[in-house]
Amino acid sequence: MRIYICLIGLCLSTFSLAADSTKSAAKDLYLGEAFYYAFQGEYVDAISRLDTELGQFYRLDDPNLDPLHFQVNFANFSVGDFELSYRMHQRAGRAIKAVLEGNVEASIRNEAAFRLARIYVQKDDPRSALSTIEKITGKIPEKIRDDELFLRAQIYMLTGKFEDAIHILEGLQGSKSYAGFATYNLGIALIQNGQELKGYEQLDKAGLINSDDEGILAIRDKANMMLGNRLIAAGQPALAKQYLDRIRLTGPFSNKALLGSGWTDVALEKYDRALVPWLILIKRNPTDKAVQEGLLGAPYAYTKLGLHGRAALLYGSALEKFGAELAKLDSSMKSIREGKFLKALVRDELKQDKNWVVKLRELPDSPETYYLLELMASNDFQESLQNYFDLDDLRKRLEAWDDGIDAYEEIIRIRAKYYEAILPALDRQFREIDSKMRLRLEQRQALDDKLKQMLVSPRPDFLQTADERSLRDKLNQQEQKYKNDNSPAGIEARRRIKRLQGVMSWQIKTTYDKRLTDAYKHLHQLDADVENLRNVYRSFVRSRQAATQSYKGYDDQLRQLKNRVRDSKEKVVTLMARQGHMLDVMALNELDQRRIRLEEFQVQARFALSESYDRASKKQLEESETK
Amino acid sequence: MNKTIVRILVGLLITLCATTIFAEEVSREQIKGLDEQVQDIKKDVLGISAELTQLEEKLLYPSNTQVSVFVSFDKGAKIKLDAVKLKMDGKDVTYHIYTFKELEALQSGGVQRLYTGNIRSGEHTLDVSLIDKSAGNGNEQQAASHKFTKSVEPKLIEIALSGAGSQRINFKN
Repeated sequence: MRIYICLIGLCLSTFSLAADSTKSAAKDLYLGEAFYYAFQGEYVDAISRLDTELGQFYRLDDPNLDPLHFQVNFANFSVGDFELSYRMHQRAGRAIKAVLEGNVEASIRNEAAFRLARIYVQKDDPRSALSTIEKITGKIPEKIRDDELFLRAQIYMLTGKFEDAIHILEGLQGSKSYAGFATYNLGIALIQNGQELKGYEQLDKAGLINSDDEGILAIRDKANMMLGNRLIAAGQPALAKQYLDRIRLTGPFSNKALLGSGWTDVALEKYDRALVPWLILIKRNPTDKAVQEGLLGAPYAYTKLGLHGRAALLYGSALEKFGAELAKLDSSMKSIREGKFLKALVRDELKQDKNWVVKLRELPDSPETYYLLELMASNDFQESLQNYFDLDDLRKRLEAWDDGIDAYEEIIRIRAKYYEAILPALDRQFREIDSKMRLRLEQRQALDDKLKQMLVSPRPDFLQTADERSLRDKLNQQEQKYKNDNSPAGIEARRRIKRLQGVMSWQIKTTYDKRLTDAYKHLHQLDADVENLRNVYRSFVRSRQAATQSYKGYDDQLRQLKNRVRDSKEKVVTLMARQGHMLDVMALNELDQRRIRLEEFQVQARFALSESYDRASKKQLEESETK
Repeated sequence: MNKTIVRILVGLLITLCATTIFAEEVSREQIKGLDEQVQDIKKDVLGISAELTQLEEKLLYPSNTQVSVFVSFDKGAKIKLDAVKLKMDGKDVTYHIYTFKELEALQSGGVQRLYTGNIRSGEHTLDVSLIDKSAGNGNEQQAASHKFTKSVEPKLIEIALSGAGSQRINFKN
């Protein structure tokens, strides 16, 4: 069923854009993180994180030191891509335009032009797409070469430049990524250029492609369907039948193909052969448009074969089925009017399942979505539905943020209470330590200056050890003591003191260089400790700043954020209501159209049933009269 | 007879080719107008989201104490990562069980921020243990340890996982 839905989308769009396979390995961690969210379809997280990262990058004094510097162009593209995936065409266009107008290499500019042109095509603005794609000159990156050509061909087709489109699509016939799609589009371009037969040849070629790929098989069926329809319209039912019969019996076009095949037999007046596809068709799901038409077609063929009894039976069965389907439609419309459609759409369990449309049908009190399949696959409905989902997601985020801001305010209050109680004492203590530290650092600087001075004018006395200083003091004291003692003992003591002083001076002077070197070494050892001290000091200063910054200066920002969140929440709720109403109206219109069509079929079936009964009775009467 | 058939066939063609046309209640302009308003509100909300992300970082994870641990897969590595547990300096800090979508995002080249927290400057140890359900590995448990130094700026550690080889868990600072 999921494939069916995808293929209806394929059927309704004239062209198919190849999936963007750009899955680059991101090197910058924050860029990689944005991709992590984008790959999961979480575009709000992806865009806001990458926006933040780019904002910080551009505010850096030297952005070349940031790892993002190597991928900044890619990051800018990626924001544009994410915004495009998030259906923000206006902003995505602006982001990519900025790269396009910047001073960048030709290959980067060309890639930007390609992406911008693709945005214009999606925005249904082929003129702007044309002027953008025509700016591409010079080197085109290998990874987008085929994509650029296919897009260019699409744009040429949309702007009526069929000759140019044909030329490009002919060149794309060997492309693996566009196998089938290029041939199908070439066929369409040729037909639109008035080269009908050549176009048919290409569609015929596309209708014979062999592949296991579901997308290619779908385009094959689509090419055959297109050919069959055009040939029916051109009054060539026999030829049309051969193309309709190529369509797979299990594919998304199978019901339409069976119906068309039957009508081509009717056109050729081969009513018995028309019954072959129609009898298969009428056993299928009666909610399908083609099946409903087949319910009238099969008894019509029996009528033409003169089998009025069988025709009457089938008309009766058709009436029964139409009645049941009308009841189903009425209940679906009632369910939508009661708001159950929108409620079912936003249920979380649905979003976990890629096959959510099928799941939706299984939910109690949900409308019959089979009737909405075509509508749901249409671009306008898809865009509106996605907008509704996005708005619901925004609403939930805004609610969580509103609570989050309250929590931040609470954190700030608690921090203020805690820090304002301890910071004054802490600051006093810090000031004391700070003055002590400054003193020590000044002392260290004085020592350093002294040592530098001693290299020029040696001062051995400055390099005495504490023991030596104490010994010298003692000797000086003794010298004073015996200064005026002229006794032999006093003279001997002075002589000994002099000798000891001489020995000391000798030792200090002869070891001066070593002492000076040692002093330097010790000072350097001290430097390591001073550096540690400075680190602790800086760390404390940072922590002290962080303490203040952790609760001061947030009030205005938080107040503004809170107002913005609440304003946005109101806007989202209003937009959700309007978008929801639009979806309801679209769904109701679709169901109403189907109801009107079914009612017409019902009337036709009633008339045909009574006519078949009349003819069957008449035939029976004639047969009995003959007997 | 032939005219009737042609009428039927033309009718059929219209049925087959018909694309959905909405009734007048919903016009293309209305759809476009509403879509533009939705784009505007998305722009506002993205602005709020970016500001909140910055505020959260400033308020909860100041740069001088911030440490973030990221998980990435080597290019082409087909790892069926079931769960990852992180310990910082011997204390459990996070445990994450992977969803299918998260694994796909990692395999496509995305980088997951697994943990953001606060630590002091200096030497620290990060212990990683993971359960890998890759083919042939059963429920293989792997563990690795990493020592790192936290300085003034935010510390970013990347755990790069490779699908094969003896060294499956690699750390990048």
